[in-house]
Amino acid sequence: MSEVKKPFTIESYLENIQNKKLTGTKCKDCGEMYVPIRKLCKKCSSTNMEWIEMSGEGKLAAFTSITVGTPLFVERGYGRNKPYCFSVVTLKEGPMISGQLVGVDESKPETIKIGMSVKATFLESESNGKTRVDLGFEPI
Amino acid sequence: MGKLARKVAIVGAGMSKFGVHYPKKRNPDLWVDAWLDAVQKTDNGIGPKDVDACYVGNFTSDLFNHQGHLGPQIADLVGLCPKPASRFEGACASSGIALRQAILAIASGAHDVIAVAGVECMTEQPTVKVTDALAAASDALFEYPAGATFPGLYATVASAHFKEFGTTEEDLMRVAIKNHENGVENPYAQMQKSIKQLMESKKKKCAERGMDVPDWKDEFDFLKSSSNMMIAYPLRLFDCSLVTDGAACLFLAAEDVAKKYTDTPVWIEGTGQGSAALSLHDRDILTTFTATKEAAKQAYQMAGLGPKDIQIAEVHDCFTIAEILAMEDLGFYEKGKATEAIRNGDSKRDGSLPINTSGGLKAKGHPVGATGAAHAVEIFKQLRGIAERNRQVKEKPEIALTHNLGGSGGTCVVNIYRV
Ligand SMILES: [Zn+2]
Repeated sequence: MSEVKKPFTIESYLENIQNKKLTGTKCKDCGEMYVPIRKLCKKCSSTNMEWIEMSGEGKLAAFTSITVGTPLFVERGYGRNKPYCFSVVTLKEGPMISGQLVGVDESKPETIKIGMSVKATFLESESNGKTRVDLGFEPI
Repeated sequence: MGKLARKVAIVGAGMSKFGVHYPKKRNPDLWVDAWLDAVQKTDNGIGPKDVDACYVGNFTSDLFNHQGHLGPQIADLVGLCPKPASRFEGACASSGIALRQAILAIASGAHDVIAVAGVECMTEQPTVKVTDALAAASDALFEYPAGATFPGLYATVASAHFKEFGTTEEDLMRVAIKNHENGVENPYAQMQKSIKQLMESKKKKCAERGMDVPDWKDEFDFLKSSSNMMIAYPLRLFDCSLVTDGAACLFLAAEDVAKKYTDTPVWIEGTGQGSAALSLHDRDILTTFTATKEAAKQAYQMAGLGPKDIQIAEVHDCFTIAEILAMEDLGFYEKGKATEAIRNGDSKRDGSLPINTSGGLKAKGHPVGATGAAHAVEIFKQLRGIAERNRQVKEKPEIALTHNLGGSGGTCVVNIYRV
């Protein structure tokens, strides 16, 4: 893939997100996969890593619907009358990752089911005149 | 896991009144209150000349008060300069770490007596800023941009625990009700009102203002109503600990000198500390805090004791769900079984294993960096039979445990005590 020559840094990972690609790294020695990426394998201490592109599909592992949000989310119009969901998703390939969960009824969190299938979506927002892309998930 | 090279005891312990004190009292004022209280509770007296070093636990005075470099500031206020003074940071486990490092330093022989401080003045900032500062204890790179707040992360853990073990909102409410009932009996607590009392006063207020009086039958009705606002589903306001200003002080001494200060030292039997990845998504499991399991394993091993030997515990209930996880991860109950024990009343003051007799972080308050030291203050009192009002447990316990958790479970310190 095109990322093949990128250094294994947070910045590279975030650039890929910005380009609407969810990437990870895979340890060539023990097979462990990392999302977000890592340069050093915490299982076997190898630095023999390769880039992988994730399918973005997975299952909802845990979530919350937040009414008292972070300043960034308050700025985006979320709050008491418009809660948003933070979620942890177990990707099909194995690793877990955090993201905003969209396409659900945030004000009826009891209708959101852990274990449901979700896929990655890339959420655009304007910040200081720049378009920012964040990883999110939505039900399949 | 080794033994301590020599024994260490707490010979005096005290705290400031916990509450909303700013601007009437700031960190230095709160710390001096805690020091004076601890001096007063050291049977044979103690002074700065007796103390070899000062270990300060504080999470983020940098963000709360624009003050870093807390060690010498805290030490100077009580006449401890020029002796060594250092600050330890591990989010809400900061003073738990300071306490543990003091234990290890005394056991090593480097120092004989150390003053452990826990200080945090949170209410200088508006709630939005406090929430944002606390979020610094979670992962800033990948959780925070996804919208994670501190309550949000514990709510996320709760959702997984609900799903796996059938835990309910009522189970969480029982934790809050119990801890508030304990807080009533603690003159140092921020919130000295039971949830029933709070419910009744809300009804009274409605009546006085000529509004419809809510028909809540009991605390559960009240806690399920819109009066208990949702913060991060399934956690509501009464599932969250308080925003608090407060300080605590512990005097630790080596076995060689402990008896100089008191005839009844509270001995440290075991100490342990564990870590876990900062982000929930970087962990293997969401319904267990592995840092707690590790810290407990080390402490039990050092003490030569197990969870069944513990007679009283102060655990880190920053959110109600955290008390449930602690009860399980410390080995008091099997995974998924803590809620049953709570329903039985086992964790009440007169139960088989009283938990958070101080009122917990829920009612006593949670000045984050002071919490670990304050845990030990309650245990010091309970083991010596001097807990105030009606909260001394009837059969005076002899073996106790404290559990201090940092952030969303990234750091944990567990200590075991015996009198
Ligand atoms: Zn590897």
